[in-house]
Amino acid sequence: MNFSVKALSNGGGRAGLLQVGSCSFETPALLITTRKGLPTFISPDMLSSLPTPDCRLLQFSPLHLLESISMKTISEIGGLHQMLGLQEHVFAAVPRDGIISLPDYQSANKTGASFETPCGRLLIKPVQYMEMISSMKPNMWSTLADEVPAWVSEKRNKTSVDRTLRWLDDCIKSPFAKNTGGAVFGSIVGGSRIDERKRCALEVAKRDVSGFCIGGFGLGESMDERPALLNAITECLPEDKPRQICGLGLPEEVLQGVAAGIDLFDSSYIYHLTLGGFALTFGSEGIAKHGSEDRLTDSCGDGTKINLKATIYRKDASPILEGCKCYTCQKHTKAYLNHLFNTHEMLAHILLEIHNAHHYLGFFRMIREAINRGKFNEFRQKFVATRRDYIIGAASSA
Amino acid sequence: MALRFEILGRFNRARAAKLTLPHFVCETPLFMPVGTQGTIKGLTTSQLEEIGCHIILGNTYHLALRPTSELIHEMGGLHKFMNWPRALLTDSGGFQMVSLLHLADITEKGVTFQSPVDGKPMLLTPEESIQIQNRIGADIIMALDDVVKTTITGPRIEEAMYRTLRWIDRCIAAHKRPHEQNLFGIVQGGLDPVLRDICVRGLVDRNLPGYAIGGLAGGEDKDSFWRVVAQCTAALPEDKPRYVMGVGYPLDIVVCSALGADMYDCVYPTRTARFGTALIPEGVLKLKHQAMANDTRPIDPTCECTVCKKYSRAYIHCLATKEAMGSILISYHNLYYMMKLSRDLHSSIVDGRFPEFVCTFLQKMFPKGDVPQWVCNAMEAAGIDISSCCTPPDTNHANDVTRPDNNTSDCPKEESNEVL
Ligand SMILES: [Zn+2]
Ligand SMILES: [Zn+2]
Repeated sequence: MNFSVKALSNGGGRAGLLQVGSCSFETPALLITTRKGLPTFISPDMLSSLPTPDCRLLQFSPLHLLESISMKTISEIGGLHQMLGLQEHVFAAVPRDGIISLPDYQSANKTGASFETPCGRLLIKPVQYMEMISSMKPNMWSTLADEVPAWVSEKRNKTSVDRTLRWLDDCIKSPFAKNTGGAVFGSIVGGSRIDERKRCALEVAKRDVSGFCIGGFGLGESMDERPALLNAITECLPEDKPRQICGLGLPEEVLQGVAAGIDLFDSSYIYHLTLGGFALTFGSEGIAKHGSEDRLTDSCGDGTKINLKATIYRKDASPILEGCKCYTCQKHTKAYLNHLFNTHEMLAHILLEIHNAHHYLGFFRMIREAINRGKFNEFRQKFVATRRDYIIGAASSA
Repeated sequence: MALRFEILGRFNRARAAKLTLPHFVCETPLFMPVGTQGTIKGLTTSQLEEIGCHIILGNTYHLALRPTSELIHEMGGLHKFMNWPRALLTDSGGFQMVSLLHLADITEKGVTFQSPVDGKPMLLTPEESIQIQNRIGADIIMALDDVVKTTITGPRIEEAMYRTLRWIDRCIAAHKRPHEQNLFGIVQGGLDPVLRDICVRGLVDRNLPGYAIGGLAGGEDKDSFWRVVAQCTAALPEDKPRYVMGVGYPLDIVVCSALGADMYDCVYPTRTARFGTALIPEGVLKLKHQAMANDTRPIDPTCECTVCKKYSRAYIHCLATKEAMGSILISYHNLYYMMKLSRDLHSSIVDGRFPEFVCTFLQKMFPKGDVPQWVCNAMEAAGIDISSCCTPPDTNHANDVTRPDNNTSDCPKEESNEVL
């Protein structure tokens, strides 16, 4: 794996190039969150209908596979890429996925991290985690972290940093580590304490890691305290290594992260939207036609997302988003999607996840373009203001 | 009449044909997957084209409830609504009412049922069924018939058969789009050869574009099942398609095709997929089974579908019944299997090697040579010599493979719609 920063924009924001094997990706980028290695609803053949190479960056949690298949079998099959039939794709392994594998700080102990998963609560020790990584062979993997929510005591937060640093060393020094073939992303925690965040980041930066995975966000901290925390972390990190984050999903949160110099995000936001029947529609023109942020402003008038379950779409023969190039918008109407949601058909989620993933990948492209033009700050402010105005407008007209 | 049926090849009673419908040129024998509510569960229409599906079924009862036939009509018909460029078939809706609603009652006027929306009594007449199907706009529409359980005996069977005949005239009279949609009549009469014969002759007199054999796959014994099919196919006109309703096990399709049937529908391949079962030449593969967890082979090593090209049984085992992706991938494979079976039936008949195909099929499914007696009986009636596969070859029986219960046609009520 190779990473280099290509452009810095005012108001934060850096555009980079991430090269993994023969694939290269422009950052900031979205990692499509998967369930057992594949997107929740988008089958592999439909996945390739999304923009390439953007759709080839996937995030997965090794814990998803723990209960149903042995590590030996995964090794026999030849690792993750072979098992999932996605040889061209790039996998970034993170134990926590924000959907079905959630950190459970109360059950973590000095030996390992705890997660709530569909198979119940799992206590994962560094050595066991490394065995999984060495069998699965993801392209990138983050070290095991003891993630705690914002409200824990100072003492518990400090313990979390200590453990995360110790487990980082345990992971790197594990005999399995030689066998992974992937780039190590050192996990950074520290909750809502700036000093602890800094301590952790500085310590992790000293280790032999290829990148950083910032954990402990989206766990009860407020939007307002986040920029200071994020900046405190990224200031301690070297410029030339990629920074991934877990737990920031909303467009505004992504923009916050980008402003602080984060490069890689996950797509759990899309999963939640899709389940609820929500289709992203913000900045439609800009995303569909590679336009400028002025067009984004113009078209934001119709809000940021629509609920396809709403009765007004019953007879709507138009696509989710006029001009959207995704499979769903090319092939289907809102009326059909409305019907599929009303009748609880699986195709509803498949088609909507395609559109939302396509749309969000487009949002990331717009972010990159704004950074490359040196206008990230303007882009961000316009985006946030338009969205806020719309929400206020909608609230006052309701 | 809005179809052309050209027979391209025969082997005794079996035939392979080109069926030209308003939206697609189909090849028979043909399996038609069920897309109850305007979608085959978990698959996009592009995937269905790729799999090779020619005709998809829609269920009139469900579509009439949601999104309503009026809305579908307003949106330009079901083809456009679901964006399916190929052929569609809708059932009459009567079967669903009788099987899904406890309070359905059949009178001469039609099927009376309690509205699932507001509980009020509603009436579905033959005229209304056709009107709704005209609005939905499928290539093939089905006459409203008086459906009784196959396991019922006595005068009710006779009453239902005669009523079906009386209703066909009302259906024909109500049909407003005969040049765009083909109305198929349904042969009823239970397991009684005399009643079946009266019904076939009555329907043939009406010179319909095609005929269905109804009232089967409801739990009757297999010998009765194939005999009814054999009797009806023998009496139906050579130059019209014959559709055996609700039949979907691969073995049943092979047997019925040998007896001269052309079209089949069943939710079995997709429903069973959602329960983690894959169709393979040897029978079925239960992917939930613990033995699958370490099996690195594809579902079916001989299958050329993308799922089998990419995935191991072990990985599908992780997904089966737990993740949406499990249903999606197994459904894809199962429908691919059914469409491959359809293509193989068609080409083996056209190429004059149908008996060889049947024998190979049976050998794989019954490697010990224990072909069920009813299959032997049916094949004898069809003039297909299967003696070579009834002698046990010296092979090991794969113990991770089981066969569906082939003793009864237990594709019951739920097999003609797919909601869950
Ligand atoms: Zn779209
Ligand atoms: Zn297959």
